[in-house]
Amino acid sequence: MSRTTLDLWVGFFVAVGLGALLFLALKVGNLASSSSGETYTISAEFDNIGGLKVRGAVKSAGVVVGRVTNIQLDSQSFNAVVTLNIDARYKFPRDTFVTINTSGLLGEQYIGFKAGGDPETWKPGALIKKTQSAVVLEELISKFMFNKAAEDDGKK
Amino acid sequence: MDNGLTRVLRQLGAQFSSRIWRLGYASRFFLAIMLHSGTSLRRIHLTIREVYFTGVLSLIIILVSGLFVGMVLGLQGYDTLARYGSTEALGVLVALSLVRELGPVVSALLFASRAGSAITAEIGMMKATEQLSAMEMMAVDPIARVVAPRFWGGVISMPLLAALFSAMGVFGGYLVGVQLIGVDEGSFWSQMQASVDFREDVLNGVIKSFVFGIIVSWVAVFEGYDAEPTAEGVSGATTRTVVTSSLAILAADFILTAFMFTGT
Repeated sequence: MSRTTLDLWVGFFVAVGLGALLFLALKVGNLASSSSGETYTISAEFDNIGGLKVRGAVKSAGVVVGRVTNIQLDSQSFNAVVTLNIDARYKFPRDTFVTINTSGLLGEQYIGFKAGGDPETWKPGALIKKTQSAVVLEELISKFMFNKAAEDDGKK
Repeated sequence: MDNGLTRVLRQLGAQFSSRIWRLGYASRFFLAIMLHSGTSLRRIHLTIREVYFTGVLSLIIILVSGLFVGMVLGLQGYDTLARYGSTEALGVLVALSLVRELGPVVSALLFASRAGSAITAEIGMMKATEQLSAMEMMAVDPIARVVAPRFWGGVISMPLLAALFSAMGVFGGYLVGVQLIGVDEGSFWSQMQASVDFREDVLNGVIKSFVFGIIVSWVAVFEGYDAEPTAEGVSGATTRTVVTSSLAILAADFILTAFMFTGT
């Protein structure tokens, strides 16, 4: 086989291989969305974060505005402190309510922002305490069962 | 003292020490390849030729197997996920299992049997027909001229083949999951993108396939160079290449996975 044909095939092979890698990075992976522009960091304190994971989404009105970057336990208050990286394009009022929601019945958990009306916005590095914890299914069920039991006791 | 027990023990010891001796020889051989790699990079066309023989000629088998592995993952994954009512996660399942494990490992196994065995047979035959000795007579170093280009050709081809395998597999999963079964296309791709991280998953997969490329190429050139210069010796060396490199790939995969994907 002549040298030029060989080079052509190898060039084709390398180009297709790199194309596949690009496909994996952009279409399969999150390279396109993860490193877009500047971010700022805030943290939020929760009683219970349920099954929230690092790299979980932060959504406001359903739109992804950031990612969870770190989860720690505060050894003083025994609350979970979640660090969030928020897209610098989005500023939220200081009285924004932070909740932990679940996508679907069994889906993964994410952080939800419910924007308030305060004219001032969060400063980078702020610690938010106005939060609502994850709903733990067992607690919900046991609350319901105890209430039911108490009602039945009352009837007797 | 020459009773049955000592004879058995001596045989065991001889086998054990010859294995270790071979491992040491293989390591020194690896070092020699590294030291003589300059030639294969300076005369890049030698390496390009090997990329053609190991990479381009493996394209068909890699692409077709990738497609079918992805399609099977789509079918099996759908069947399992349907029991939990979360079929939208099919994209995540297909992409993560391909990018992290199946892509690097299966393509490395195919690569070992498709290209590794060919390298061993070629170098072994060159040795059997005394071409390597003839080169040495002409003051051409066979490690620099024959072994190092084949080694680097394999190391370059392997990550590209693994990436093609994974991409083809994701496409196969898409064909079966979305086009055939009817999983929602939007959630198939968006959930995939939400949970496949470029650095954690894709890049670690590339590192894996790079390591496997080194293992397969190393074993292949070593077995070829070390083959007994007979027809039987070459066939035995070719078999050993496939067996040894497959086992080494699986063992290395476990070790790499333990380091890469545990913790957080």
